Amino acid sequence: MAQNKPSENPQNTMYRNLFLVLIAVIAALILVNVFHQEDNFNFKLEELKREYAIQESPSVQHFKLQALNRVFKTPQEVTEACLTCHTETHKEIMASSHWNWERAAYVEGRGISSSGKKNVMNNFCLGTSSNEQTCAKCHIGFGMTNNHFDFENARNVDCMVCHDNSEEYLKGASMAGYPDRSVNLEEVAQHVGLPMKSNCGSCHFFSGGGNNVKHGDLEKAQLSCSREVDVHMGANGMNMECVACHTAENHQILGKLYSVSPDNNNRVTCEQCHTGTPHLSDVINRHSSKVSCQACHIPVFAKVNSTKMSWKWSDAGKLKEGKPFSEEDSLGNDRYLSIKGSFKWARNVKPDYIWFNGTAEIYLLGDTIKSIPVQMNKLNGSYKDKASKIIPVKIHVGDQIYDKVYNRLIQPKLYSENEGDSAFWKDFNWDEASKAGMAKVGLPFSGKFGFVETEMFWPVNHMVSPKEQTVTCAECHTRVNGRLEKLTGFYLPGRDRHIALDTVGYWAFIFTLLGVIGHAVVRITVSIRKDRYEKQIISYDEDKPTE
Amino acid sequence: MKRVYVYKAFERFWHWSQASLIIFLALTGFEVHGSYHIFGFEKAAEFHRTASWLLIGLIIFAIFWHFTTGEWKQYVPTTKQLKAQIMYYLYGMFKGKPHPTEKTQLSKLNPLQRITYFGFKVILVPITIISGILYMLYKTIDQNDLIVIEEYPLASIAFWHVLGAILLMIFLVVHVYMTTTGTTPTSNIKAMMTGYEEIDEEEHHSSPEKDNNQKDIV
Repeated sequence: MAQNKPSENPQNTMYRNLFLVLIAVIAALILVNVFHQEDNFNFKLEELKREYAIQESPSVQHFKLQALNRVFKTPQEVTEACLTCHTETHKEIMASSHWNWERAAYVEGRGISSSGKKNVMNNFCLGTSSNEQTCAKCHIGFGMTNNHFDFENARNVDCMVCHDNSEEYLKGASMAGYPDRSVNLEEVAQHVGLPMKSNCGSCHFFSGGGNNVKHGDLEKAQLSCSREVDVHMGANGMNMECVACHTAENHQILGKLYSVSPDNNNRVTCEQCHTGTPHLSDVINRHSSKVSCQACHIPVFAKVNSTKMSWKWSDAGKLKEGKPFSEEDSLGNDRYLSIKGSFKWARNVKPDYIWFNGTAEIYLLGDTIKSIPVQMNKLNGSYKDKASKIIPVKIHVGDQIYDKVYNRLIQPKLYSENEGDSAFWKDFNWDEASKAGMAKVGLPFSGKFGFVETEMFWPVNHMVSPKEQTVTCAECHTRVNGRLEKLTGFYLPGRDRHIALDTVGYWAFIFTLLGVIGHAVVRITVSIRKDRYEKQIISYDEDKPTE
Repeated sequence: MKRVYVYKAFERFWHWSQASLIIFLALTGFEVHGSYHIFGFEKAAEFHRTASWLLIGLIIFAIFWHFTTGEWKQYVPTTKQLKAQIMYYLYGMFKGKPHPTEKTQLSKLNPLQRITYFGFKVILVPITIISGILYMLYKTIDQNDLIVIEEYPLASIAFWHVLGAILLMIFLVVHVYMTTTGTTPTSNIKAMMTGYEEIDEEEHHSSPEKDNNQKDIV
């Protein structure tokens, strides 16, 4: 044994040294991993920024063209001049939904059906039928005064509303789509080019009768805003035009709205530029199988001006001394209008979140009411559906007039230039307005009407925030008050738990602690007693002689 | 008193790194679970993930060690003297009776430890680690992607993982307490740190033959 020891020691020391080296290497690897800061250079993003920073200059300056250096008496003459060079372009336009106000789509349960502004109902000014004179302000044509508009007449195509680069063009109010009388047609015709934000925005920012009324994420502030408002359109950011994403081969513009288009093709997606794996972190990339980009990257909408969140038509028609009136809220938004009813507005709104698979069911004129509140555009989807993702939406609520006997929403006649023409906005008579409106669309009206709750869903896609302002993990992964609190039926770590397991586990842990403490107390008591007993004996022995 | 070499260097390294990893994983894990807020969800999840890979790596090393050294035999459960060991903790130790089993390098675990650690290694840790790996790789897949782990609901994976975590915490409490039941309250912990344990000679009731055997190894 004694001989063995010296020979063993060097070997032991060697093993120990080897072992220490191994630990040192592992420790170094761990430390490198802990303290190494991943450089945040996202190559994909930088490449995109470079690509979209390049501004193309136009190959034609229209003011140099002979055909446009003349006087235009009517806007149709401008269109004719356009067609002298762009000889076939009207065909592309006349095949578009901007012109036709409808588009065919396959809808589950309905088959192939056409929907669009012609025949859908919405939660704002209800519908275009019988109100074309004023609604046509947002039709890319001239002279749509009623539902007998000639969709075959190329002269009535309005090229200028989309292609005016002089920011001069303006459609007149209630002028059936004709430009305002103040517009200098020569100036506009000579300064045309690719659509700018102001062109698209002239309709899409002001839909529903005012700025940001409908969308909540599209409004005039985006003509010149900061990156914080909209990272894509921000003037101090990429300053992108709408058509950068909403590309338009042959005038078929990519992107549609779920208020009018129920199917899931020709959509604009974030992925078309950013790909399906845009993040450096794999965990975040994997979220995209169930979470849309928008859900995290648009923490709030209506960042600058308010958007309409509620519209109650049932309140409409009140008069003061026989005259219509209006009330405003503290931010200057209409709270009440006799012609329209009462509204609620909101700014910096946290969106609602729903499961959405890209298809919708849209309420069309004449549909029977199936559920209350009536969903003007039901967005389909569920956790179980593999195509579904969580998306942010603005839910616009309110009520609308409906026929109690036929159980369907009523398309009332709202607009007329004159009183006594059954128009609600002039005469404030629901009965007459309903009769006239329903007669116009060819549907029966029972004469018995009431108001029914309605809601409409607006997927929030714009006003993307800079990455620093993205929704954080803990805003959803939290026990209470998370953004996804209302979205149930699946297990969300940090929010959900097995309550029975947690309760039993908690108490089992507590009882174990108590058991251990009890055992320790008994041990200590026993040993103290034993100790004392031993000491007593000792002291007894010591005391004995003195006694 | 005599010094017995009970725990080898790797064993001690494995024990303490596993202990700290498990405690750290519990700390971050229950935050991810939503039980409290310390690091914030994002950091907690990130740390938990990193620590879990370290633990998996460590356990692979440990398994390798167990088989190459034959140490796995120490963990084969036995019922021999199991009752005596239980009775000792419940009754005997209060009366100042000696440990019914002897601690040596060849047999460092008492029957109760054997059965507990066997369960720990063969049931508890595998449940927690396997459910943890499933949890980590859990992915609900797009329409066109490959499906890896999808049909099995995340709620069930989380259930097993949380169950494992709770049992581990209960184990931790009992385990830490039991270390104080050695010759002196700290002798077991000292042994796990230095490798050597002070053992009362009086407690020994083994044959001289076995004693020799032991000295050889020391």
